Amino acid sequence: MVKYILKRVGYMIITLFIVTSLTFFLMKLIPGSPFNNFEKLSEVQRNILLDKYGLNDPLPVQYFNYMMNLVKGDLGVSFQFDNTPVTELIANRLGPSAQLGFQAMVVGSILGILLGVIAALKQNTWIDYGSTFIAVVGKSIPSFIFAGLMQYYISVKLGWLPVMLWKGPEYTILPTIALAMFPISIAARFMRTEMVEVLGSDYITLARAKGASRWQISFKHALRNALIPVVTVLGPLAVSLMTGSLVIEQIFGIPGIGEQFVKSINMNDYPVIMGTNILFAVLFIVVILIVDILYGIIDPRIRVSGGKTK
Amino acid sequence: MSNKDITISKDMFAPVHIDPSKSEKIAKPSLNFWQDSWLRVRKNKGAVVSMVILVIMILMAFVGPMITPYSYDTQNTKHNNLPPRIQGLEDVHWLPFDGTLSRRDGTVYNAYEVRKVDAYYWFGTDNLGRDQFARVWKGTQVSLFIAFMAALIDMAIGVAYGAISGYLGGRIDSVMQRIIEVIVGIPNLIVVVLMILVLKPGIIPIIIALTITGWTSMARVVRAQVLKFKGQEFVLAAKTLGASNSSIIFKHMIPNMFGVIIINTMFSIPNAIFFEAFLSFIGLGLQEPHASLGTLVNAGFKSMIAFPYQMIIPSIMIALIMVCFNLVADGLRDALDPKMRD
Repeated sequence: MVKYILKRVGYMIITLFIVTSLTFFLMKLIPGSPFNNFEKLSEVQRNILLDKYGLNDPLPVQYFNYMMNLVKGDLGVSFQFDNTPVTELIANRLGPSAQLGFQAMVVGSILGILLGVIAALKQNTWIDYGSTFIAVVGKSIPSFIFAGLMQYYISVKLGWLPVMLWKGPEYTILPTIALAMFPISIAARFMRTEMVEVLGSDYITLARAKGASRWQISFKHALRNALIPVVTVLGPLAVSLMTGSLVIEQIFGIPGIGEQFVKSINMNDYPVIMGTNILFAVLFIVVILIVDILYGIIDPRIRVSGGKTK
Repeated sequence: MSNKDITISKDMFAPVHIDPSKSEKIAKPSLNFWQDSWLRVRKNKGAVVSMVILVIMILMAFVGPMITPYSYDTQNTKHNNLPPRIQGLEDVHWLPFDGTLSRRDGTVYNAYEVRKVDAYYWFGTDNLGRDQFARVWKGTQVSLFIAFMAALIDMAIGVAYGAISGYLGGRIDSVMQRIIEVIVGIPNLIVVVLMILVLKPGIIPIIIALTITGWTSMARVVRAQVLKFKGQEFVLAAKTLGASNSSIIFKHMIPNMFGVIIINTMFSIPNAIFFEAFLSFIGLGLQEPHASLGTLVNAGFKSMIAFPYQMIIPSIMIALIMVCFNLVADGLRDALDPKMRD
């Protein structure tokens, strides 16, 4: 197990190194200047500006400085937002993003698991078909389409919920639902398959033969075992939530990291783009690592096959 | 018991005449893999309906911009923001094609009569007076083109990489697999965004950005298949007969894994459509006057309250395409590879 974790952590470090280097060099390739009205300045003024931000150094020096600062947790200062340090800029926006992601994950997995279990218990009834339908639709249609349609029909037409912004719990409902559609459908599909398989196994027949109640069989005996493989989809789900949140934050005007990222892209604010990019990369990679290790702990077969291939 | 009364005499039985020439007869016509798969796809109603819808949409993507009298990039600011209106359907008020809009206070008015416009814009017009019908189908065409190209390139790279890695094996395989593991670890969102920033938005840059990380799943699937076939007799036979490595891979192994390759490609098409729309939303999509479904939805958002049809119609198009592709892909997976059924 230790060997497996070490191997995974090793890969994580290599990947992080590649992502940060890639981000740095690609950003250097981007045409356009980070300063406003740069062309109108004189040669001397330009040089002063470039010197101040270390942009006149040779590329390897800039790269080395950047990496050293990165290790210390310093992501530089923003070019556009009053020279605020990038870390500060991002830290201020973590709250809404984290809250939204957490809510969507909780709502998504609970509803999804419930839907899947009910569908498996009521196989081939209209409940089952309904849940399959929700799963297909939720999996296929991008979250921003849901967001737009709900914003129009629920907020604008019916006026039940606020259209956008982030001022209180009622403002979080629509973005959470829009973001949770994908987890709901994936969890529901996966859960149904697992439950159907578990319900057909011998120990469930035994439990039934012993006279356990239907409720006890489904929730005490079957659900526990069916839940184990669901851990595998948690990783991709978390990743999809992060990707989705970029657009959802933009649509609902939520002051989160995603909105900052999009804003910086449109303003050519390199340090902020790099900072948020690296933050996203770290989040993605760490989440996947945690899920993989969790799965390795739960299912011993992973470790064995992982050990054999070295 | 009553059935004891029934008498069964011996003459009721006669030995069956066995015709040795017919004992080996095959009752049903033999089906090859594709015929058999087609039979199974046909049973899946969702997949068949989706296939029909997709074919219609692909045809319309090419025919649509031609059948309206307006072009997708001609601006006519006098006719801007007109709601949908279709000849014949305009008197059916429960359909959204009667040319009416509602004001903030809820009153409904006919925009065509109020503004004295004598024209029929089937899907309405946008804020610059461009025909939405032409733009929506042009956008569908562009989105589908991006998705198909990305999927094809993914397929080409993935199949070649996976086949080489699996077939050669040994040290080359492990180096190639380590490279894939690192690439898979890099979140594709980040690579796609960075690539578009560097290359500037456009059709080709979007395709390149999508393929940079997209090919890995295909490579993994193909490698697994090649490893499975490597030890089988038909490969050994080909090798004994002196077939070269490339002919073993491309002529003997790959035709045997068409099913898996098609399934994988079918799943990567909706994924590419999603990413293209996603890029439009974060400001990295196609630039005006070009349209894709993503840019149309994004533009529609800006005037959602006053002119909802500008957002709703392209949204429905994306939703329809995505659902249909997913259903067809699911159907094909069940039909081509019964082992992967869930």
